[in-house]
Amino acid sequence: MAFVVELPQVGESVTEGVIGRWLVSEGQTVKKYDPLVEVMTDKVNMEMPSPASGVLTRILAAEGETLPMGSPIAEIDAEDEPAPAPPAPADTLGTLTVGLAVGPTGAANVPQQDAAPVAPSEAVGGERERFSPAVRRLAERHGIDPRTLSGTGAGGRVTRRDVERHLAREGESGGSETVPGDEDRSIEVTPVRRMIAANMVRSAAEIPHAWSMVEVDVTGLVALRKTLAERFSEDTGHRLTYLPFAVSAAAAALRAHPIVNSSWAGDQILIRGHVNVGIAVASPGGLIVPVIRDADRLTVAELAVEIGRLSEAARSAGLSPGQTSGGTFTVNNTGALGSVSSGPILVPGQSAILTTEAVQKRPVVVGDDAIAVRSIMNMCISFDHRVLDGAEVGAFMQSVRGALEGVGTETSLDRVLSVEPGR
Amino acid sequence: MTVIQAVREAMAEEMVRDSSVFVLGEDIGARGGVFLATDGFLERFGPERVIDTPLAESSIAGVAMGAAMHGMRPIAEVEFADFIWPVFNQVVGEAARARYGTCGQVRVPMVLRAPYGGGVRGGLFHSQSPEAYFSHTPGLKVVAPATPYDAKGLLKSAIRDDDPVIFLEHKRTYRLVKGEVPEGEYTLPIGRADVKMSGSDVTVISYGLMLHHCAEAARAAAADGTSVELVDLRTLRPLDAGAILSSCRKTGRVLIVHEDTEALGVGAEVSANVSEHAFEHLDAPVRRLAGPEVPAMPFSPPLEAQFMITPDRITAAIADLAAY
Repeated sequence: MAFVVELPQVGESVTEGVIGRWLVSEGQTVKKYDPLVEVMTDKVNMEMPSPASGVLTRILAAEGETLPMGSPIAEIDAEDEPAPAPPAPADTLGTLTVGLAVGPTGAANVPQQDAAPVAPSEAVGGERERFSPAVRRLAERHGIDPRTLSGTGAGGRVTRRDVERHLAREGESGGSETVPGDEDRSIEVTPVRRMIAANMVRSAAEIPHAWSMVEVDVTGLVALRKTLAERFSEDTGHRLTYLPFAVSAAAAALRAHPIVNSSWAGDQILIRGHVNVGIAVASPGGLIVPVIRDADRLTVAELAVEIGRLSEAARSAGLSPGQTSGGTFTVNNTGALGSVSSGPILVPGQSAILTTEAVQKRPVVVGDDAIAVRSIMNMCISFDHRVLDGAEVGAFMQSVRGALEGVGTETSLDRVLSVEPGR
Repeated sequence: MTVIQAVREAMAEEMVRDSSVFVLGEDIGARGGVFLATDGFLERFGPERVIDTPLAESSIAGVAMGAAMHGMRPIAEVEFADFIWPVFNQVVGEAARARYGTCGQVRVPMVLRAPYGGGVRGGLFHSQSPEAYFSHTPGLKVVAPATPYDAKGLLKSAIRDDDPVIFLEHKRTYRLVKGEVPEGEYTLPIGRADVKMSGSDVTVISYGLMLHHCAEAARAAAADGTSVELVDLRTLRPLDAGAILSSCRKTGRVLIVHEDTEALGVGAEVSANVSEHAFEHLDAPVRRLAGPEVPAMPFSPPLEAQFMITPDRITAAIADLAAY
């Protein structure tokens, strides 16, 4: 008997998933719990296990397709069942229930005929076949067949917004032709790229960004790292970079300036109770931001290990949805790429994002008008000017700087960096 | 400022500005009006311009119409809209037709103010909403404001208008609804709706007391993620088709809410306009939420509560339409 595979509900507040690579092709046998398909949700690429053993008879969702959770994505001819009849023609009773089965939350027991997303001609009748004047007009103008769209209205009806969303996605993804030679070339937009694009557009459009930069004298930190780096790597298997120090300093400063650890919520500002710091990591598929929970409670050493672990997982696409959600603040180590100044775009839902730039030796004026060679690191911050003003951000940055400049060769890695009161 | 204060201020200002403006009605002089709309007018403007009439609504309308035909600008008050039926003959049968029937030689610049609406424990004879009867009549203008600002600006326009205007004031808004009214002179155009809240998912169209219930419902809907555009008709005849249609084209989903009963009501006319002129923009059927098809507002409090549309019911209707 045909078993309909649905896009599973993963993580809180995740309503849509993007189909990645199919790991089993049509006609192949798959065992229950074996990886079946890659599914991307908010910046996470995970492998979905097969819910049944048998032959994968039909793939209903194409790679790159965005679907609401609960949507049918494949059919498996489950073992220990008599072989199914060939896919039923469109005129059976099953078509009547088609419209009832696919809701935004994804109802169970979707009949096998509901292959709507890729096999529209087989889904006849029900709400899916009824289109409002607005949907007809839009579809006609843009030359699309509304039956090919998945609906989020009552009973799976395709709404005007569904069409508009589809058109917006088409517009974003652009063409797919490739031509040789010196001519322009188009490349497919990956699901991760598309999600980054959507988030960045939203952030840049909605949030009034303001920007600031401070210089931090990290001569003491450089000396400390030099003495401990090799030993740390041998002991833990992770590199000791400047980043865990910056995260520790930022987390301590967030505790001292809670308004920076917040979220604009229309008519309110939501101060976050936890300090969950996201770390921007470059992965082959694009930027991924794993989140270190309660970063203010971890020592520098613990942070270094955690950052190492999460970065490796991000690069190998092995992060779970929980590991990339819930961030309240973000640190981006742009210095790793040689940058000395950058203007980051905020992660939607956060009020500030901090960068650590490349450490450079520079001649600086110290003490009694003497010139000395010191290690200097720039730190840049973009912030939501609806929530924060320059005064608050300036105080925050002074705290971060104070915490980092307080690090010297005597500093223990087994402590949380502290912010001097009043700084 | 409350709605009743706005009404009082509009009339007083116009009486100061224009000596042809006068008020007449039952108990409006010494008593100051049953809702105190003309409180203090008798002392201020004298008995020639503040006329207490006998308990005969047909004569109030007849006297007002005759004075208007002869260059005065009367503001006639019907104590409760429930008593407006004797007026119907004068207003619909004569006043509405005078200009048309005389090729514009005779104008009837009268205002007929009528406190209307339920939710005030008024029972069968102090709760009615008569707007549909008058809105049906070419030659009349029908205005039903919801806020003090709109009430003042529209009443001043109604007094200056050269045609008969039925000015409906919801009794429950009189002292319940307060709002900013600017210092100094202003008028608002008759025949223009007003977008009270801007939104993108569902258009809710209403007027009078229900507008405030709709606003409450819209705020509840917003908390559930549905963005409501709230359109206040303000004038029921002529309808502001432009404002109605442009909002419908924006959202594709339309709910009309009024306290008056549903069949052949204002909502029916709005709905017909939308389906005739914005059909290809509709993403859901046009819905109405209106008073039940019973002959009058019941006196029994539980039954009256059933008759009156509540914010909760409007919120549910919005959610239903948003999910369509």
